[in-house]
Order: sequence, then C-alpha cells, then structure tokens
Amino acid sequence: MTETAPKEPAIEVENLVKRFGDFTAVDHVSFQVERGTIIGFLGPNGAGKSTIIRMLCGLLSPSEGHAIVSGIDVAKDPETVREHIGYMSQKFSLYGDLTVMENLRFFGGIYRVPKTILPERIRFAVTMAGLEGREDFLVSTLAGGWKQRLALGCAILHRPPILFLDEPTSGVDPESRRRFWDLIHSLSEDGVTIVVSTHYMDEAEYCNTIALINRGRLLALESPTTLKKRDLGGHLLSVECPDIGKAISLLEGQPGILDAAAFGNAVHLLVDPAKISCRDLEGRLTTAGIPVARIGSIEPSIDDIFVRMVGENSPQGGAG
Amino acid sequence: MRWGRIRAIAVKETIQIRRDTRSLIIALFMPFMQMILLGYGVSLDIKHLPVCVYDREGSQNSQALLKHFQASEYFSIVAVLKNYREAKAALDSDRCRIVITIPHDFSQKLSDSGGSTVQVLADASDDNTANIAIGYAQSVVNGFAGNLAVAAQGFGGSPAMQNQGVDLEERVWYNEDLDSRNYIIPGVVALIMALVGALLTSLTISREWERGTMELLISTPVQPSEVMLGKLLPYFAIGMLDAVFCLVFSVFWFHVPFRGSLFALFLTTSLFLVVVLGVGFLISAAIKSQVGASQIAVLVTLLPTSLLSGYAFPIDQMPTLVQGVTYVVFARYYVTILKSLFLKGSGLEDLARPVLAMGIYALVVAFLAGRAFKKRLD
Repeated sequence: MTETAPKEPAIEVENLVKRFGDFTAVDHVSFQVERGTIIGFLGPNGAGKSTIIRMLCGLLSPSEGHAIVSGIDVAKDPETVREHIGYMSQKFSLYGDLTVMENLRFFGGIYRVPKTILPERIRFAVTMAGLEGREDFLVSTLAGGWKQRLALGCAILHRPPILFLDEPTSGVDPESRRRFWDLIHSLSEDGVTIVVSTHYMDEAEYCNTIALINRGRLLALESPTTLKKRDLGGHLLSVECPDIGKAISLLEGQPGILDAAAFGNAVHLLVDPAKISCRDLEGRLTTAGIPVARIGSIEPSIDDIFVRMVGENSPQGGAG
Repeated sequence: MRWGRIRAIAVKETIQIRRDTRSLIIALFMPFMQMILLGYGVSLDIKHLPVCVYDREGSQNSQALLKHFQASEYFSIVAVLKNYREAKAALDSDRCRIVITIPHDFSQKLSDSGGSTVQVLADASDDNTANIAIGYAQSVVNGFAGNLAVAAQGFGGSPAMQNQGVDLEERVWYNEDLDSRNYIIPGVVALIMALVGALLTSLTISREWERGTMELLISTPVQPSEVMLGKLLPYFAIGMLDAVFCLVFSVFWFHVPFRGSLFALFLTTSLFLVVVLGVGFLISAAIKSQVGASQIAVLVTLLPTSLLSGYAFPIDQMPTLVQGVTYVVFARYYVTILKSLFLKGSGLEDLARPVLAMGIYALVVAFLAGRAFKKRLD
C-alpha cells in the first residue's frame, strides 16, 4: 500500500464545480476525507454523486475548483492518481465475455501487480467474492451479488489506499448488500479510505461520514450519529394509514404541520407539538375518511433528516 | 509504456475475439468469401462476345477467317448479315457488340498485295469492352494471316475510337496471357486486407464504450498508446494470417504467378496492416457505437480501395484531379507494390517510392492512433 504523509487527508476537495452546458451538476462542493475512513455520498439519482466521484478519479475534468487525491492534484496528474485508487463504476463494467480468472488476471496486468504476488492476490479476491469453484465461469453468467464482489476484488488487486465505489450496491439483493458492506468495513479496518455513493439511505449507517448531496450541492457533512441528532425544528410523527397521498394533501400546510412526506406505507409528519397533538391528527384523518392504523412519535432517520434538509434548501420546497 | 500492460490487453483482446462470432466471421470467413467472389466475379476479360458478320465476299478465304473468329473463345458469331443497314440495326438493338465486315475484294487484295483489311464496327458505348474486343479481333486476324489489318470503327464512344487503323506487333510482358485475373487478384488481396483489418479494429474501442467497460479501463493507469498496441497486436497477427491465406489462395487456386521476394511482401504487408488497423482504431475511438464504426470503416476502406487504388481501374486513365486524390488512398501504394511483386517480381529497391509512402502513412496513423482516445468521459 502506498503511504501518504501521516496527517495529510486522503482527499481534499475545494469549491469543486462541474457544468455540462447550462446544467450545473456539481455546485461548489468542498470537503475533506481522513485516511482510513468511509465517506458515504447520499442523495437521490442525479444529485451529482457520480459526477464528483468521476472527477476525483480523473475521468471528468472539473469546471472549477481543486481536487487533491492522495496528495496529488487530479486535474494536473490524473495518471499518478489512478495508480493510487481503485474504482467501481456505477454500471457493472468488468468483461462479461471473460471468465472470473481472466478478468482478475487482466486487471492484475493492467495494475502491474508483480507476478510473484498476483496469484495470492487473485486467490484472496476469489475468496472474498465467494467465487471459489467458479473461477472459470463467464462473468456474464454470474448473479449480481457475485459480479459486484468480483468488481470490488478487481478494484483492490493493486491494494490502492483509496477506493471509489459508485453505487456499488444498486440492484443487488439485501443479503448481498449486507455482505458487501462487511467487505468494505474490513477494507477500512486495513486503512483503506473508501468513498462510496448510494441512494439507499439505510446504508448511511455503515459510513463514518455522510455527505448529503442534492442538486449538486453538499447539504451536510457529518457522522451519521451527529446527523441524526440534528434539530429538525419540530417533533416527528409516523402515521400508518391507507391512501397516503390523500392524507398528505389533507395535512400539508395545515397549522402546526411543518412537513409531510411519504415513507413506505406511512406518512412522516414534522409537527409543532404546541399546536397539534396526535389525537387532533387522528381525529382529522378519521373525519376525512382515512382510518389511522397507528400513530406515534419516532426517532428521525437519515431519510427524515435528508427530506427535511432538501425541503429547506430547495426553492420548490420538495424533495428532489 | 509498459510491456506488462500491453500484454494484458493483448491477451484480453485475443480471448474476446475468440469468443465473438462476429469478429471470427470477419477474420476467418470474410477473406475466403471475398477471394472467391472477387476472384471469380470481377473479370475484365471478354469471352464469347456476341458478334455479327457481314461477309461481302463470301469466298473461301473470308469463310476461313470467319471460322477463326468462330473458333476463338473470345467471340461467338450470333448472326450473318446481308448489308450495312442490318449491321447498324444489330449494334443498335444490342444483338451483338461488334460487327466484322469483310470487304468484297478481300481475297484479291490478299493475293495482289499480300495484305488486306477487315473492318470492325464496335459498340463503344462501353468503350472498355470495345477496346478489348478490337484488340482481340486483331489477334484473331493476326492468327489468320500475318499481315491482315483491322480497320476498326467505334460507334457512340469517344472520338479516339473512330477509324482506328490497327496493325501492330505486340509483345506483352508480365502478364503474358493477358489474363485480367492475374492483374486483379493482387488488388483483391489488398482490398480484402483493407476491409478486414479496418472492420475488425473498428469494433475494438467502440465495443468497450458500448458495453460500459471503457469507464473502468480509463480509470486505471493504462496509457492510450498501451491500449492501442495491446489491442492492435492480436489483429496484426490475424491480418498476417489472412495475408498468408490470400497469397496461398491466389497462387495455388487462381494460379496467379508470384515472382517477387517473400521478404518484400512481408515487409510491405506489415506496413499496410499498420495503416489499415490504425485507421480502424481511429474510427473506433471517434465513434462510440459498434454499428456506426463498422459502417464508417467499410466506407473509408472499401470505396476508395475499390475505385481509387488502381486495383481494377488504372489510375493513369483517371482525370488529373482524381489522380491527385488517389495519393491519399493508402491502398494505392499497396496495390502498386503487390502487382509489382506478383507479376513483375520487383525487388524492394524498385518499389522504394510506394514503400516509403506507405511507411510515412503507417507512422502518421500509428502516431494518431496512439493518442486517439482520451482517458476522459467529457
């Protein structure tokens, strides 16, 4: 593993901007990532997460600002940066017409892993991905979870100190997702800095730091625990009822109700407890012909925080 | 540049070619198909050309001459005419391509002065065929009697065709049988290699874009020149294999004589392959879809090579402007070289100019291909 100066952060980003024509995909984003930590980019699709990661890997050139990865300015010397990083792109991008072994050997060659250690590294990757006995399978025939773990295996063959994983868990079953996060954690324990993007809010809990991103802007950068302690400015209630859409339109904008959003089969309401109580709400919904199955206060999740912050930050006031 | 990375890419590419039916068909089946199609299909030779005869004398001598025409594999007598009006009608109605007219004093002149003239009326709306037919008629007449002359007259063609009195002694070099196949096959080899080479490599970069593997590849420290070399090496091997196949097929199947040196052939073929593969690679890097790239590849190789390389249509007969354009067509140099190697047995020193031109071409294309694709998504 390549060593960077002890106290230098793994990644430093300053006022990073990326424009595609008139569209600003990344809007003055600044942050730092300490070595050996996991930073999670959270946000809806199209928020700009992938664009930031691609700029950090030197795949896109920034319109403005700087990105220093492993102590090197990506815009100035992308090739050296590429030797220090591993990358998993959003779309699965190993060679489907090559076998597991052929893919691993290819990336071993591309990253110039010395011949003496390559077999051992490949064995490690195969074991990590749980692909023992499937070494000669064509990658296109593998299920999603295996493909994704193999892609991770290929990305770490050269033991990069920094890993960029762009939505590695999208489209993968929950069991594989959990297994994948275990792998990420063990890598992090070995000192690897990991930048991972996801649109699954529940995965935020696995990260040391969360960067909430929406419409190209960084809304928050803190640990999941701190983030969840954020003052929402009200009391959070969860209401389980049928016809959620009708319930939201009935309650939204009513006095005492600061925000209403759908979460699965429930409505999460941010209320001012001085102005409205659970009983009031239940009464109002029942009168409108919506039977309430359950109502009660809950601890805000990252999702709630995110929805609230997006609401505060966007001119339209909705979650993007 | 690192050999390890070049090798990794070459190995990967080889495996992919082996598992890709489309590439295999282009690499192995297409040269064979084209050799057969173009070798047999394109022939500038004229055989069994429909001929009408107008024998004004009707003597033993004139009949003997007509038998010579009948016996020749170049001509088939389709009708015997009675006057000039019928001759004109026969040409106008496409019943025949030429009319052979034997004068009423044919035998007399032959015995008096030892020489006579036979008139050939040719439909020169296809002046190439007309020219060749007149040439053949001359050789038939020569075969009959050493000093008979053909007075040829062309209709509808270029003025140069009018009243062509032909009486020449010919000695043909390099392609003694005047078999146009000998002349065309070396060009066919060039055509096949240009097409196959450019088609194969035109897919190689666009395939990575299409399948989404490019994003990962460019996130690695691999250099564009390493990608180019690694990707072109296996195709170079395939191209060489195809070249050997075409050569063997030409010599042993079509019996085209090969008189040059194999070393010169190897060297010039290598240069040509570098150009062709490089051009395909450049197209592939510029156009990110496989279908689009392969279509452009066919367009930039097949069209100029078949029309402007001189493979079938002699460059010195083209208009000056078009002749100028042919210098850009890289296949023209290779066609020149191949024809010389096959038929004339020229050595490298005779071919210095086309070889040098191709060398420069190869350098430029390789240089451009080495920096063709940027390791960026924007």
